[in-house]
Amino acid sequence: MRASPTGGLFAPRFIRIAGRVMDGAAQFTLDEDEAGRTRLSVEGPLLVSSVGPLDRDLEELNADLGVIDLSGVDAIDTIGAWVMCRLAARHEAEITGAGERAKRLLDAVEGAGNDAEMDPPRDPVWLRVPKAIGELVFDMRGGIIGVVGFLGRILIGLGRLIRRPSTFPMKAMVRQMELVGVSALPIIGLMSFLIGIVIAQQGAVQLEQFGAEALTVNLVGRITLRELGVLMTAIMVAGRSGSAFAAQIGTMKLTEEVDAMRTIGISPAERLVIPRVLACTFMMVLLGFYASVVAIVGGAVVGQVALGIPFFTFLERIQEVVPIHDVWVGLIKAPVFGLIIGLAGCYHGMRVEGNSEQVGLRTTMAVVSAIFAVIVLDAFFAVFFTEIGWG
Amino acid sequence: MDDELHARYSGKPPIVVDGLTNRFGDFAVHDDLSMEVREGEILGVVGGSGTGKSVLMRSIIGLQTPSDGHISVFGRTITGIDPDQDLGVRCRWGVMFQGGALFSTLTVGENVEVPLKQFYPDIAPELRREIARYKVLLSGLPEDAINKFPSELSGGMKKRAGLARALALDPELLFLDEPTAGLDPIGAAAFDSLTKELKETLGLTVFLITHDLDTLYEICDRVAVIADKQVVAVGTIPELIETGHPWIQEYFGGPRGRAAHAAHERSNE
Repeated sequence: MRASPTGGLFAPRFIRIAGRVMDGAAQFTLDEDEAGRTRLSVEGPLLVSSVGPLDRDLEELNADLGVIDLSGVDAIDTIGAWVMCRLAARHEAEITGAGERAKRLLDAVEGAGNDAEMDPPRDPVWLRVPKAIGELVFDMRGGIIGVVGFLGRILIGLGRLIRRPSTFPMKAMVRQMELVGVSALPIIGLMSFLIGIVIAQQGAVQLEQFGAEALTVNLVGRITLRELGVLMTAIMVAGRSGSAFAAQIGTMKLTEEVDAMRTIGISPAERLVIPRVLACTFMMVLLGFYASVVAIVGGAVVGQVALGIPFFTFLERIQEVVPIHDVWVGLIKAPVFGLIIGLAGCYHGMRVEGNSEQVGLRTTMAVVSAIFAVIVLDAFFAVFFTEIGWG
Repeated sequence: MDDELHARYSGKPPIVVDGLTNRFGDFAVHDDLSMEVREGEILGVVGGSGTGKSVLMRSIIGLQTPSDGHISVFGRTITGIDPDQDLGVRCRWGVMFQGGALFSTLTVGENVEVPLKQFYPDIAPELRREIARYKVLLSGLPEDAINKFPSELSGGMKKRAGLARALALDPELLFLDEPTAGLDPIGAAAFDSLTKELKETLGLTVFLITHDLDTLYEICDRVAVIADKQVVAVGTIPELIETGHPWIQEYFGGPRGRAAHAAHERSNE
């Protein structure tokens, strides 16, 4: 609110009551004192709980105040004092009638001043956008250096562990294998079983049009062992374990546990990253194969129920129609995917800095980048294996 | 004018703890603990590590449901309520946790605004920012700290920012959990005088957990000693020493206790 020339238009006994008259709310009246100055008299409590509406009404006030009379104020805290002090400074008005406590608070508040900029300076949009893009580019450079450095540290750590096998964190790795592998068995089994059912059932519907329902066996066997078993497992492991790696290591970074390890001479790469990455790589092989087998069982159940192919005949036919190199394709891809998931999780976990928001952000990035890399690589693998004659 | 703020609870002790028992499994931290905090005083709470000073504070502010006993703050019963329940007294106290417990995704200024926004949404955003800024300065932080994130602050600054947030609503009651722990002696002394100054200007009642003997001598009106699962004595330091309790003797009679006493004597001269 500014000092306004219309202030002079007020009649000498003009009175305005604050709009919201309620129990315990502060109110004000305007009049003129003996010296002809506009006087604002405030009544009621000036507390954090009551000062909000009053402040809004004072903002709208269109008068040139000379005196602020606080003799009607029955309670005041620093926030009320702040509002009055600000009002007085803006109108260059004098504060009168303040009680002992009010005076003390007004003095305390006055010392703080109010000239500083509260909001951080913000660039205009044509500067902000290029700046953000530039920062992104520099971040990307830092990211590439970070990834390479991270891989280097792991390789050095692995080399050291191979030279001194007694220091290998076996216990941590077994624990991680349990978390990544064993405890994932039910969910991955259920998922694969359902996928097997869907492929067999949908495949049979389509193949029926050509009178080739018997080929459902080929479809289920080959697609699960070559592609879907491993791919779906990779996505599940990325969501279950990749995210857990990032969140665990990220939280350990925030609580300075990682720094504490370093000062004791334990390399976080050796103790935290390598067990997780190795466990993830190894367990992906087993989980991928397990998922394929369960999916085939799911297909066989559909065969028995819907297609009239006996359960064990279905499994025997799988041996005949699926070439052994399909198994190899799955088994070769699985550890690579596991490695990527483990590395992405640990890398993003180690990059957490500052606050808890970063943990969430890095966890998301770990899962997204792992799944994306897995799918891209899967496409390369598909072309590659077909080219070398494992079609 | 001076007593008007306190007229709301008219002379009754702001905190009354009666027969408090806290058990974790078979292990009792407090057993039939009773105490009172008087209006307008700084009450220091001392006790060995693990005697349940923080648990006592958590019980009083309703974060810990005690196994037994009754606690009331400003006449409101705290015991037996859900930690998330609306109490009607939460806007009348401020709590400073040991590590500051700042919201790490908000700047210091925004941290101070949180309680204001929560309890009094009708305060205009501009005024709210000004109040936050004032409280940050009041707690002894430099101007440029307002826009910093907690991760950019030192341990001592985090404590001050925690204090600023605790003071956001002009509380009548302030809980401080080890405010000077981890501060350098100069910073600790400055924090002590700040606490005293705030108590005098704002008319605060302060519940202060500390290990710092200098703090006890310099600013505490009374000291409560927790030992043997109870408050064994409450009073000024000379009164405590007269009780002859072995732990108190050791606490104030040890080399650090004597040094703090001597320093206090010197500063009084």
